[in-house]
Amino acid sequence: MRKKILEVKNLEISFQTYAGEVHAVRGVNFDLYEGETLAIVGESGSGKSVSTQAVMGLLGKKNTHIKGGEILYQGQDLLKLNEDDMQKVRGKEIATIFQDPMTSLNPTMTVGRQIAESIIQHQVVSWGEALEQAEEMLGMVGVKNTKSRMNHYPHQFSGGMRQRVMIAIALACKPKILIADEPTTALDVTIQAQILELMNELKTKINTSIIFITHDLGVVANMADRVAVMYAGKLVEWGTVDELFYNPQHPYTWGLLASMPTLENLEHGLYTIPGSPPNLLHPPVGDAFAPRNAYALEIDFKKEPEVFPVSKTHFAATWLLHAEAPKVTPPAEIQRRREMFDKKLMRREQV
Amino acid sequence: MNAQPRKKALEISNLNQVFNVGKPAEVRAVNDLSFYIYEGETFGLVGESGSGKSTTGKLIAKLQDATSGEIHFSGKEIGHLKKREDIRAFRKSMQMVFQDPYASLNPRKTVMEIIGGGLEVHGLVKKQKEKQAQVYELLNLVGLSPEYATRYPREFSGGQCQRVGIARALAVDPSFIIADEAISALDVSIQAQIVNLLKKLKEERNFTCLFIAHDLSMVKYISDRIGVMNGGRLLEVAPSNDLYNFPLHPYTESLLSAVPMPDPEIERERKRISYDENFHHYEDDTGVGLYEIAPEHFVYCKKEEVPFLKKKYEKLTLKALAV
Repeated sequence: MRKKILEVKNLEISFQTYAGEVHAVRGVNFDLYEGETLAIVGESGSGKSVSTQAVMGLLGKKNTHIKGGEILYQGQDLLKLNEDDMQKVRGKEIATIFQDPMTSLNPTMTVGRQIAESIIQHQVVSWGEALEQAEEMLGMVGVKNTKSRMNHYPHQFSGGMRQRVMIAIALACKPKILIADEPTTALDVTIQAQILELMNELKTKINTSIIFITHDLGVVANMADRVAVMYAGKLVEWGTVDELFYNPQHPYTWGLLASMPTLENLEHGLYTIPGSPPNLLHPPVGDAFAPRNAYALEIDFKKEPEVFPVSKTHFAATWLLHAEAPKVTPPAEIQRRREMFDKKLMRREQV
Repeated sequence: MNAQPRKKALEISNLNQVFNVGKPAEVRAVNDLSFYIYEGETFGLVGESGSGKSTTGKLIAKLQDATSGEIHFSGKEIGHLKKREDIRAFRKSMQMVFQDPYASLNPRKTVMEIIGGGLEVHGLVKKQKEKQAQVYELLNLVGLSPEYATRYPREFSGGQCQRVGIARALAVDPSFIIADEAISALDVSIQAQIVNLLKKLKEERNFTCLFIAHDLSMVKYISDRIGVMNGGRLLEVAPSNDLYNFPLHPYTESLLSAVPMPDPEIERERKRISYDENFHHYEDDTGVGLYEIAPEHFVYCKKEEVPFLKKKYEKLTLKALAV
């Protein structure tokens, strides 16, 4: 069994707004193991970014209320650290890359200094040494002519190059955990492919665990070892990437997978999830997904589903897995995926 | 297939759009572009940012005037439209759905005013009551409740705003709709809703659609034919299945190989093909252009390369048959 590096337990976060209290994260549990990539998938407003920003301690103090839970990094609760101690963890142990490389770099500072800044912050080195290390980092993320590029400003870089600079800053102190919040959403597919390749390569080089937040299931299939699906502030299903893609159990995961166009599902049309996510000002009673769920049972509207284990690594919060639940037929696309999964199991047994 | 030659709704020939002419920062956003769109079909235009696909859309909608070249829309050259009533008639038949659902709706107007505006401008309704009835019908059509007519854009989610945008475009009953990255800003589950809505509406209303996007998987799903753009040039045009299964231009291959599929097994074996832009920058461009390799399948190449590409196409189709 690999070592757990991060444990998030029962995390509950709400925001105070003029309209009232928004329950953005409603009891989230997940673990991150050493050297793995965990993908968190969900729609906008599902709480995936908020949960990871809590891990980084980036949520505003004024109107955020962390109502409960623990974030254990190597056994230490990050929520209990004061700002000075958190500053030591942030950037050095846990680093982050944001979605928009345009707005997350300082436009008035050269790229070299921005990378060196994070090294100076956490290591006892001179500016000269820091700049040297920074240049090495810049080369590592695939920027050419590092010597002259160090003195360039962010606007002199293209979108993909800027994201490489962001990665260089994040990895400058060789953090244990890298949180990537939709790092490729703003990029073209060809550039996205390059950045993903780079992240995979650096992950093994520096031995970092990655939490990858995205809503693109294609990217998840490419990057993740394990996947967690989030809906309305809760995790609804999590498991290894194969379990999630070939044997999904939660109707929301079905919906997400079936609404992606693949080469095969063109004939029977795209499946859509009707409606839109609930307003978390007033979290719904029962299963938050029930009103949009074609497979909803009566109990879904009354009682929140428990988490049912599917395998040792695969869990899902849906009443459909209850022993007394009726058998339902998932969408055609999911059946196709399940067949693939069964074939794979058979192949494995034969070997 | 019917033997009759299909009617072309739009024909573009040798279109050029150059910004900053004569300055050091001269940009050839659209470079000698020629293609056509059949009546009633959905034409997908894909390419990376900076490929000129949005500029092309704007030129077709006459939101910009081209540097040179011709755009024929239902028999008329749109650059020659000068009279007020001609332009108005053109605007009525050509509508656009934009990328950012929030930025493209006036925040100070209600949905009724946004959708009804076009109806009034084009004199399609005479009384308030008529307008109301039409707006309600349009809201129903795009899957929104008529109660929403009194609301403002800020009260809606991104997907709902995009539906309002579609209703606005459909209000004047256009024969041509340009959807410029209309789904890129939306979540996956909402994207599928909007794409299915567009498909359904197209069948009911029977309009022609130019669908501009960078997401190749969705484009394939919605389009009949697809054009691949890079650096202001159209590099390959083909029926969507043909393009996906038998890509001929190396840029198309590279673009397709970069799309991640929601399938871990495929992803583990995926090899990305990289592409050097110099490939299609011919030093001597005599005899360079779009050549028809297979029926309706055009590739941008030199005349001498045509036999080679034909062979490549044959090989690919044979390989597909063997599987």
